[in-house]
Amino acid sequence: MTPKRKKRLMVTLLIVLGVAAATALMTSAFRENILYYKSPSDIAEGNFPQQRSFRIGGMVKEGTFHKADDSLKVDFVITDYAKEVPVHYEGILPDLFREGQGVIAIGRMRPDGTFVAEEVLAKHDENYMPPEVAASLKKKPAADTAAPQESSQ
Amino acid sequence: MLAEIGQFLLGLALLTALCLSIIPLLGYFLKRKDWLLLARPLAYLLFILVFGAFLSLVWLFVVQDFSVAYVWRNSNTLLPLRYRISAVWGAHEGSMLLWVTIQALWVALVARFSQSLSHDRIGRVLAVLGWVSLGFLAFVVFTSNPFERLFPIPAEGVDLNPLLQDIGLIIHPPILYAGYVGLSVPYAIAIAALLGGDLDEKWIRWSRPWTNAAWAFLTLGIVLGSWWAYYELGWGGWWFWDPVENASFMPWLAATALIHVQAVSERRNAFRGWTVLLSILVFSLSVLGTFLVRSGILTSVHAFASDPERGTFVLALLGFYTGGGLLLYALRAHRIRSEPGFELSSRETLLLANSLIFLVATLTVLLGTLFPLVFDAFGKKISVGPPYFGLMFFLIMVPMVVLLPLGVMMRWHRDSFRRVIRLLLPPFVLTTVLTVIVWWLLNPLPLKALAGVYGGIWLLVNTLFAIFTEKGTLTRARLGMHLAHLGVAFFVFGVSMTEHTDFEKDLLMNPGESATFKGYTFTFEGVRRKRVENYLAEEGTFKVYQDNQLITILHPQKREYPRQQKPMTEAAIDPGVMRDIYISLGEQLNDQGGWSVRIYIKPFIRWMWGGGLLMMLGGLLAATDRRYKRHATAESRHLADQWLENNAQPISAGTTSKA
Repeated sequence: MTPKRKKRLMVTLLIVLGVAAATALMTSAFRENILYYKSPSDIAEGNFPQQRSFRIGGMVKEGTFHKADDSLKVDFVITDYAKEVPVHYEGILPDLFREGQGVIAIGRMRPDGTFVAEEVLAKHDENYMPPEVAASLKKKPAADTAAPQESSQ
Repeated sequence: MLAEIGQFLLGLALLTALCLSIIPLLGYFLKRKDWLLLARPLAYLLFILVFGAFLSLVWLFVVQDFSVAYVWRNSNTLLPLRYRISAVWGAHEGSMLLWVTIQALWVALVARFSQSLSHDRIGRVLAVLGWVSLGFLAFVVFTSNPFERLFPIPAEGVDLNPLLQDIGLIIHPPILYAGYVGLSVPYAIAIAALLGGDLDEKWIRWSRPWTNAAWAFLTLGIVLGSWWAYYELGWGGWWFWDPVENASFMPWLAATALIHVQAVSERRNAFRGWTVLLSILVFSLSVLGTFLVRSGILTSVHAFASDPERGTFVLALLGFYTGGGLLLYALRAHRIRSEPGFELSSRETLLLANSLIFLVATLTVLLGTLFPLVFDAFGKKISVGPPYFGLMFFLIMVPMVVLLPLGVMMRWHRDSFRRVIRLLLPPFVLTTVLTVIVWWLLNPLPLKALAGVYGGIWLLVNTLFAIFTEKGTLTRARLGMHLAHLGVAFFVFGVSMTEHTDFEKDLLMNPGESATFKGYTFTFEGVRRKRVENYLAEEGTFKVYQDNQLITILHPQKREYPRQQKPMTEAAIDPGVMRDIYISLGEQLNDQGGWSVRIYIKPFIRWMWGGGLLMMLGGLLAATDRRYKRHATAESRHLADQWLENNAQPISAGTTSKA
């Protein structure tokens, strides 16, 4: 091997190593840090990550919003008009949070079946519905008539 | 009437762009000097026409002509004049018009400041820029016409999104676009060089100041956007890894790689092909960003009205510019002769490492942005959030920070790592000492913050050290580089402190109540209503004490705009060198006037933006280096023109053109 070739080989090897390391990192960072989106119906079927955070979306059910007088604790119910999930949150809600509006909450399920949100999102646009919410609401009529399907995680 | 004039001017501009994209190229291939000479006048004409159309739209907003649908949708009679003007680029159609206006401005500037280039070269560059203008002008004219009329004419307009009624929106988009679009200049230069198969150091030297300028504007645009999001969105974040932010960040990362690789290919006959490829990539990413933003396929806080037709159009443009560029590269790559005449231990190797690091970073952002789409195709809904990007960037930037001073110190062609490491030993010791001092002063610091502090000081010490040893021989280009690297130092330090040592608390406060955090006491004096310009505000009053001394009084607001159903959160900020105090109001919670309140203490957040500004200044300073002007003699142009006149036969693919 000529010195020139050797050098090229070294440079190529370095690049390959760098890219390989980066890819490995990326995949593992990815696997640990992506958030799944689940609808109340998914949750009713038990189809949600047990040990980690995920996102839940739907409409805030009318008449279910309660807030404490002396703290920032709030409770409400998210529905996709088929199933419902109670949500608990402590903090400031976004300006656009309303009953009957689409929201997305990020958090975990408590064993008692309450979703504890770390973050609640509503879009800065009064006509906006999160696309995931729109999609899962659209799906519902079909899902009601059909037999519940096994969905794989 | 004015709307029709604007429309007409746009149509003429489209025609002019068509001429600009064809005539000089024909002139080049058919050896017609007179056709090549048309490139400059066409470029100026293009700018005048597009700018005329832009001014028409501005005037339509000033006089509030609601017969124009776009004006009606984004303005109303209550809107103050300054926001009426910035409303021009407040939504999709107008912002695209701003986009093509700035594009045309770049084209005109290239035409004006290209005296050192021979006619055949500048003709080719302007022709490629003509293609770019043509594509985006067609996009405006055929899918996003801002001059469309409404009938019947409404008496009152809707409104400009209140989030956008702010100084930040007046300046952020034009600057950002200047950067985004400016990246088409290195692209055009690369394509022009490929077309002629005459890629030499002159091309690259000439490309550098343009690349630097575009990069500097992009940097400033991103910094402004981050600052705007910080104070205007009301939730204290400065970067959300939102798809639209990513869309501007990807070209920035790739352009950073390009700037560094140009440093090699300008002086030494190496990495020439890589420079061309990166130039194509950078502009492709900026078109990809446009696609992501304008097609609405990704969910984002930047809600442009989404329209599949527009998405398809930009996708076609992306395919054309990227595909065409890459195809040309594949056909002409054999003409680019690079001699890898350098040793493993040389500045070239380290600049190659720089390319690698920034490309991996670009890829990281690209994957994080596009993966939700991929998953969606398989029926799974996911989102990729800040944890992924945060972790990846921490890991990617560690080698960048460690290697940066090595790259600065290393000699071209051949050096020894041992020599450089020996040089870096004193800075290393000094960095360690300083970090221990900072750690002792700011204790406690989490490990990641400490790593960032170490990195920041490492860059600071080394850069100052380099400036000191090189003083007397510093060129503007070199000084610009050091300045930008100082910016990196401040940025790394600022980000690490802000991200890992900030304080955030949501709480309920009743009037008269106080709360103490981190040595600051916040006293809430209640909320009162007041009317300002075109909105109603509920304004809170907070007194902030430190050591029983009143340091500031803050007035966060909750605003209601009459034509909007939603309230707006307007944070109050006490900026400082060492920390920002940031308060925003949630909502009234009880009858005693108690409100939910969010309080932030953000250490050193200004350092981060300051770092960005330093990078921008460094980029601009380097662009004004005398080296780029010196060869602006008439000589090279003259020789090339002679060649053009003497050579009768057209250039075939086989002949190498050498001026």
